[in-house]
Amino acid sequence: MTTHPAAVSVRNVTKTYASGFTALQPVDLDIRSGEIFALLGPNGAGKTTLIGIICGIVNATTGVVLADGHDVVTDFRKARSKIGLVPQELTTDAFETVLATVTFSRGLFGKRADPAYVEKVLRDLSLWDRRNSRIMTLSGGMKRRVMIAKALSHEPRILFLDEPTAGVDVELRRDMWQMVRGLRASGVTIFLTTHYIEEAEEMADRIGVINGGRLLLVEDKAALMRKLGTSHLVVTVRQPLAEIPAALAKFDLALAAGGTELVYSYDAHADDNGLAALLHALNGSGLAVANLRTHDSSLEEIFVNLVHKSP
Amino acid sequence: MNLGAVNLLAIRAIYLFEMSRMWRTLLQSIVSPVISTSLYFVVFGAALGSRMKAVDGVSYGAFIVPGLIMLSLLTQSIANASFGIYFPKFTGTIYEILSAPVTAGEIVLGYVGAAASKSLLLGLIILATARMFVHFGIAHPGVMVLFLVLTSATFSLFGFIIGIWADSFEKLNLTPLLIVTPLTFLGGSFYSINMLPPFWRTVTLFNPVVYLVSGFRWSFFGASDVSIRASLGMTLAFMVLCLAVVRWIFATGYRLKP
Repeated sequence: MTTHPAAVSVRNVTKTYASGFTALQPVDLDIRSGEIFALLGPNGAGKTTLIGIICGIVNATTGVVLADGHDVVTDFRKARSKIGLVPQELTTDAFETVLATVTFSRGLFGKRADPAYVEKVLRDLSLWDRRNSRIMTLSGGMKRRVMIAKALSHEPRILFLDEPTAGVDVELRRDMWQMVRGLRASGVTIFLTTHYIEEAEEMADRIGVINGGRLLLVEDKAALMRKLGTSHLVVTVRQPLAEIPAALAKFDLALAAGGTELVYSYDAHADDNGLAALLHALNGSGLAVANLRTHDSSLEEIFVNLVHKSP
Repeated sequence: MNLGAVNLLAIRAIYLFEMSRMWRTLLQSIVSPVISTSLYFVVFGAALGSRMKAVDGVSYGAFIVPGLIMLSLLTQSIANASFGIYFPKFTGTIYEILSAPVTAGEIVLGYVGAAASKSLLLGLIILATARMFVHFGIAHPGVMVLFLVLTSATFSLFGFIIGIWADSFEKLNLTPLLIVTPLTFLGGSFYSINMLPPFWRTVTLFNPVVYLVSGFRWSFFGASDVSIRASLGMTLAFMVLCLAVVRWIFATGYRLKP
């Protein structure tokens, strides 16, 4: 029994398009209430299809999706009223003003006009000064903010961000991360897909990896990095080496930085990871060691490993 | 929020959003059709009409008024509704409509209601414009309004279907250009079908626009090519057919949801 009720529950969901292309193999997934969940996957992995099915844009071939306990097909009114969606593409009403389009979104979701709330959303996204500007006159980053404002206009409890920071500059990306953290702090559940693995590493509580329509894993971020991550010991020597010294040949070492670094990769959680033996051998090798440092593999390395290993 | 009932706020939002487009494009939405229809009145009504015989006891200038209003009503209803739903499909903003807590009926009411309102407004403006060129009376004002509303709603529904079906601007313009305009011109807008030889009169009866023009003309002059009941029946039948198609579109997700 989980301590977190599921904000979104996906059961046995598949999608095969009319062309015969299977975008999703049977997917089972629970998004916990109040968490930031990041779904990682290469292009065409099925991320957008999965979001589309949950949000009502794509018909699932099989399976059931519940949002806040409501079936997204049979009880779609209640389900969708809880959901806000920021799609991947910059699709905006070019000729409308910022204020008009955000007000429209709120009405569309059945919410009465609330100028104070809309003003707060626009101020939080630094859009208030541009509220009377036509969307076509805004930069790409500002348009992205408008789409987020539209998604937040009806006060959703679950927010889907499909590649929210694709094509935005570093400053805006940092702003968005800050905003997402603020939303999570107010109790909003966040489901984001991203190409920027550093984004998932920075933001997510849990991470899912999808490839070829198959959900490869779902893990707490820290546990995932602990379980699948590799540690590296980097030994910097004073004189560049042409090859691995014979005294260290039995270790699976790699030369780097023009021969001035010896790199040993190991599992920090293994009982016998060979680290002690390596340090002993290093001491007896006579090499002039300038520095020793360790680092853990990044989520990116884990992700690439997982995707390449998947069928 | 009107959960469990009708989401009136959503219908209102879509309706007002679409109507705001009309005010933004006033020249194209209202002024342009009024000018082109006025030219018809000047050429066929005032210039040529004075040299033509009365039709069924009605001066030719007055005779063509209902047909010309119908011509504008049909083309504008289709154009407004088809563009209204095609444009969000084209730009991708349709995602918001599809992911909102709205039923198919509410979406249709918003889009078709706005398109029908625009054409209705246009029809009334053209009616007032016609009075500046020719003199005529309206024998059955209630029936005239009924026909205006029914025609606007029915052909806005038809336009909505075209907007869903079209996957390019070319297709969007194809149906009005190749089917609706010819049917309207051959539907008795400028002549009584009783003027045609018997064979062509029979062929013409397969043209649904004949029933609209004829019924509408009856509301003006109390005389028509086909009975008023047949006109109303055909209009309602076409509306039911359009509603059935729209229902099927939303049930299957045709060209809306993959």
